[in-house]
Amino acid sequence: MSGSAGAPLLPLAASTAHQPSGARRALAHLHVAEVIAGLILLFLLVAALAPQLLTATDPLAIAPASAFTPPSPGHPFGTDESGRDIFTRVVYGARSSLLIGVAATGIGLVLALVLGSLAGLGPRAVDFGVNRLLEVLFAFPGLLLALLFITIFGVGVTTSTIAVGLATAPGYARIIRSQIRSIRGSGFIEAAVVLGRSPGQIFRRSILPNVAAGLFALATLGVGQAIVWASALSFLGLGAVPPAAEWGAMLSAGRTYISVAWWLTFFPGLFVVLAAASATVLGRGLQRRNRER
Amino acid sequence: MTSLASAAAAEQGVRRRRSAGRAARWIVTRVAGAVFVLWAVATLIFFGIRLIPGDPAEAILGGPGSRATPEALAQARAEFGLDQPLLTQYLHELGRLATGDFGTSYSLKVPVAHVILDGLGSTLLLTVLSLAVAWLLAIGLALWATRGGRIAATVSTVLEIVAAAVPNFWLGTILILVFSVGFGWLPAISTPGIPGLVLPVLTLAIPLAGFLGQLMRESVLNALDAPFTVSARARGESETGVRLIHALRHAALPAISLSGWAFGSLISGAVVVETVFARPGLGRTLLNAVLIRDIPVVIGVVMVVALVYIVVTIATDLADRLADPRLRAQSSSGGGS
Repeated sequence: MSGSAGAPLLPLAASTAHQPSGARRALAHLHVAEVIAGLILLFLLVAALAPQLLTATDPLAIAPASAFTPPSPGHPFGTDESGRDIFTRVVYGARSSLLIGVAATGIGLVLALVLGSLAGLGPRAVDFGVNRLLEVLFAFPGLLLALLFITIFGVGVTTSTIAVGLATAPGYARIIRSQIRSIRGSGFIEAAVVLGRSPGQIFRRSILPNVAAGLFALATLGVGQAIVWASALSFLGLGAVPPAAEWGAMLSAGRTYISVAWWLTFFPGLFVVLAAASATVLGRGLQRRNRER
Repeated sequence: MTSLASAAAAEQGVRRRRSAGRAARWIVTRVAGAVFVLWAVATLIFFGIRLIPGDPAEAILGGPGSRATPEALAQARAEFGLDQPLLTQYLHELGRLATGDFGTSYSLKVPVAHVILDGLGSTLLLTVLSLAVAWLLAIGLALWATRGGRIAATVSTVLEIVAAAVPNFWLGTILILVFSVGFGWLPAISTPGIPGLVLPVLTLAIPLAGFLGQLMRESVLNALDAPFTVSARARGESETGVRLIHALRHAALPAISLSGWAFGSLISGAVVVETVFARPGLGRTLLNAVLIRDIPVVIGVVMVVALVYIVVTIATDLADRLADPRLRAQSSSGGGS
């Protein structure tokens, strides 16, 4: 976590500490990689909210005559086995991927906030109990908890979203707990207690704002991870199912034709990478900014 | 003179015994913790499975579509002990799991233990090889990145982001496109033998190497500034010697502590990679069982993976203590979590 971690991200201005305007200073601190990541996410956001703006084609319209067209001016990403335009499908896929990523992260964070706050603020017995529970949840590495959840509640987009959220919650909970523990003994909390604030007020006005900045950065990183996981579940046939325009499902369906049409698998996966990498770069940027403050 | 020497020896013996006692207490605590976690995992799964809507007897006979007769359902219930009270079933299940009996697969009608043993070896080979390759790549990356200036540092950071953002299933597919479809060097489907292992191992190892490499790069940089490096340089040791012996040993510490976590992520990566390369193994067994809801197989695989994962975690903690004398000096109970 040394300062050199951000070295290759090319600061636009070396030292802007004495500039008066806060907004200008914030702009000057943006790194090239972060600008690119922001633009990519903006593009994906437009694709998710209004895909019609980016493509006039229907993602499910089949045209058997033009099946397996390689990338060309008419079809920049080529067409699939039914002649559907891959670019259109990838654009339409942004909605479900982003939605799943954000929803799963939200579920994970809310669960983690409850568990982490209970452990961080509650009496020692509660802390002990929550810690043992987290230990048990940590015994399921990676996707295993998500797979178990899907076994119980069935295959589908909703279940796989909740599953990803559930699987990420223990990690967040541990971080939140330790953050709360570390500020619990500080002077301003003691002051709030002395001032006679209720525990709810202290939590809302003194603790939450302090944890929030870190949580926001964590959530940005988490959205990237959740997109990767959710597309992995779809790839495995546990989330979205073809012919839905979902990146993981598209990639999985395209693998049948891997020796004749590379573009069926290349572009959907590329978009998973772009989305996740952008979220990761922005999340890192936020974390670095939090540390500098 | 002799009494003094024997007193010193006695004191040394006491100290050694005390540290041995501390180590023993540490191990006992960890093993007890592991047993507790396994019990809790089994309990969680047992009651979680009861949340499944529908009749488990129906699932045994092939799901609601199978239109099983009431007699067949009753027979299946009796056969799998589903007609017993919940508490009896629970205690029975715990007793069976404790003896390594995972029951019978709903779909294959063979003992789950056999199904697991069939896939375990192949998956362990894949994950252990991937971990080893990732470590080698990470060490190389860390040493190069701390010496090679800006370009190396950039490559290392980019690789770390790649590690976080590139899904296994896409990396594997791209490797197949390049090396199987493009050059025709390696098989696209994992065959027994070494050529069939190369692409699956690389698919798992590359992202992990990016992650471990970045971690080690930072701790090599820290170690190169540390007093013990300065004193090694002052003794006239060569730069290579300083880096390999002193800095690297220090740099390995965070990577060793994370190897348990890494092993876990490799196991869940194996589910994906075994699917991509059509490689038989525990991951694919689990995936198939999840898809057709073969619950005894899911439970069995999850329990075995949790057990292996816990054992590996304890082993890495032990390796940590061996590599880092500072941890051994700490109290035995607090070091666990």
